[in-house]
Amino acid sequence: MANDKSSMQLISRGILSENPIFKLALSMCPAVGISTTVMNGLLLGIAVLFVQVFSSVTISIFKNLIHPRIRIPTYTLTIATWVTVIDLVLAAYLPEAYAKMGIFVKLIVAFAIITMRLEMFASKESVNDSFWDGLGMGLGFMVGMMTIGFVRELLGSGAIFGYDVLGFKPLLFFILPSAGFFVVGLMMAFFNWIEIFYKRSKGLKR
Amino acid sequence: MNLAYTRYIVLTALLFLLAPIFARAEGLVVNQKFISDKEIQVTFSGPVDKAVTENIQNYTIYEEPDPDIRLELSSAVLADDGKSVTLFFKEPLNTAKTHVITVHGLAGIDKTTFTVSKSYLGYLFGILISALLINNFVFTKYLGLCVFFGTSKKKDTAKGMGVVFTMVMVVSALMSWFFYNFILIPFDLNFLQIVVFIGLVSLTVQAVDTILRKVNPILFNSFGVYLVLVIANCVIIAVPLILANNNYNVFETFMLALGAGGGFLLALYLMSSVSERMQLANIPKTFKGLPIAFIVAGQFAMAFLGFSGLQLF
Repeated sequence: MANDKSSMQLISRGILSENPIFKLALSMCPAVGISTTVMNGLLLGIAVLFVQVFSSVTISIFKNLIHPRIRIPTYTLTIATWVTVIDLVLAAYLPEAYAKMGIFVKLIVAFAIITMRLEMFASKESVNDSFWDGLGMGLGFMVGMMTIGFVRELLGSGAIFGYDVLGFKPLLFFILPSAGFFVVGLMMAFFNWIEIFYKRSKGLKR
Repeated sequence: MNLAYTRYIVLTALLFLLAPIFARAEGLVVNQKFISDKEIQVTFSGPVDKAVTENIQNYTIYEEPDPDIRLELSSAVLADDGKSVTLFFKEPLNTAKTHVITVHGLAGIDKTTFTVSKSYLGYLFGILISALLINNFVFTKYLGLCVFFGTSKKKDTAKGMGVVFTMVMVVSALMSWFFYNFILIPFDLNFLQIVVFIGLVSLTVQAVDTILRKVNPILFNSFGVYLVLVIANCVIIAVPLILANNNYNVFETFMLALGAGGGFLLALYLMSSVSERMQLANIPKTFKGLPIAFIVAGQFAMAFLGFSGLQLF
């Protein structure tokens, strides 16, 4: 039961307090590059989740066999293997979505967040905890991507998941590529604002 | 390697590239060039017959590699002095390819054949400019943002980082090209792309690190710190993936890598200049740090949109 509690903690940590996109500010490239729709965010999120969970588990299983001096190349090759798997799977079963995401699926191999989790967590903790940590981080990334995609798709084309919701297009600017920077910047500022507001209200209560 | 040798090698390579331009034969057709992607202009040494040149049935035009696919003309118009004719095509041409044009019955000769192509050097330069400005890796392709935001605080750091990046990128791209064309393709190992490329990139970084440490310790002391950052970066791995997608040859690969590295250097330098100013500015507390950096980068990205459609050659 204790394990159950800690697994929930690990997941919530990945989504909220250590969200890879908004808090750790890692793996920003896809967050800006292809977050034009919720669907793109969801698919890339699934891909990252898959790679993160499987490489975390792999490294955690073999952590005692990896010589510390060659640990970074080992991590890189492990990630590359799992990226190849998800890359080929997506290309075979979802060719249209794969074409939209372009080079970014292959670029998961260079995402700092995955290497960082392997270095900081999976190489030290047990297989079980690594699994939950990987799941939490992957979900956090997915949620972040989908939030940005939600804002951009709703404001840019007035739709969610491709279904017309608003019936008009409020600001075409948001589906233009360069708007990604603005949306991420503004959302980070928004989360900072909430944090400052929260701390201040807490301080007043005390 | 000695610097003088390098200079000779570069000169020889340039001569080889320029050779077709010098060797062009003089004849009935003086000059031929692409006006736009749907027009070709041909200039003759003297006035030609209007009836022959304006009849589109007299032309056979195809791209050099596939003579069976004929390109269709919509019209041909002779200029007033009778010396130059402009050919209008129904569909846009691939101006990067060499086009072969045959005219029947011109000046009493049964067949006059000539080719139209962009100068290859111009095409290579086009790839460079494209990777540098039009498809800038940071502002238009959104790659390498972690390092971009991490190291664009000071101008010196930005310059050092950019130079190291360009160096590693060119070396690793050329190596990846070699591996891709001579190992991955012949043995049908295309699915190993990601594993091989990431391995090569890490290897290059490690090699540059070791070589620089021995050969030029001063340079290593100023640049060495950035090398570690280079490995976990998507710009560097993106270049081999792009060249594999587009089947570039070795010159094109070199130009792409150089342009990508130069573009990264440019982006870092621009961003660091703004960052230095921003430290003096009065920024709202919620926007301090990354949020404002993102908004500045967004403005740069909008400015870089202005480069789209730029065509020099």
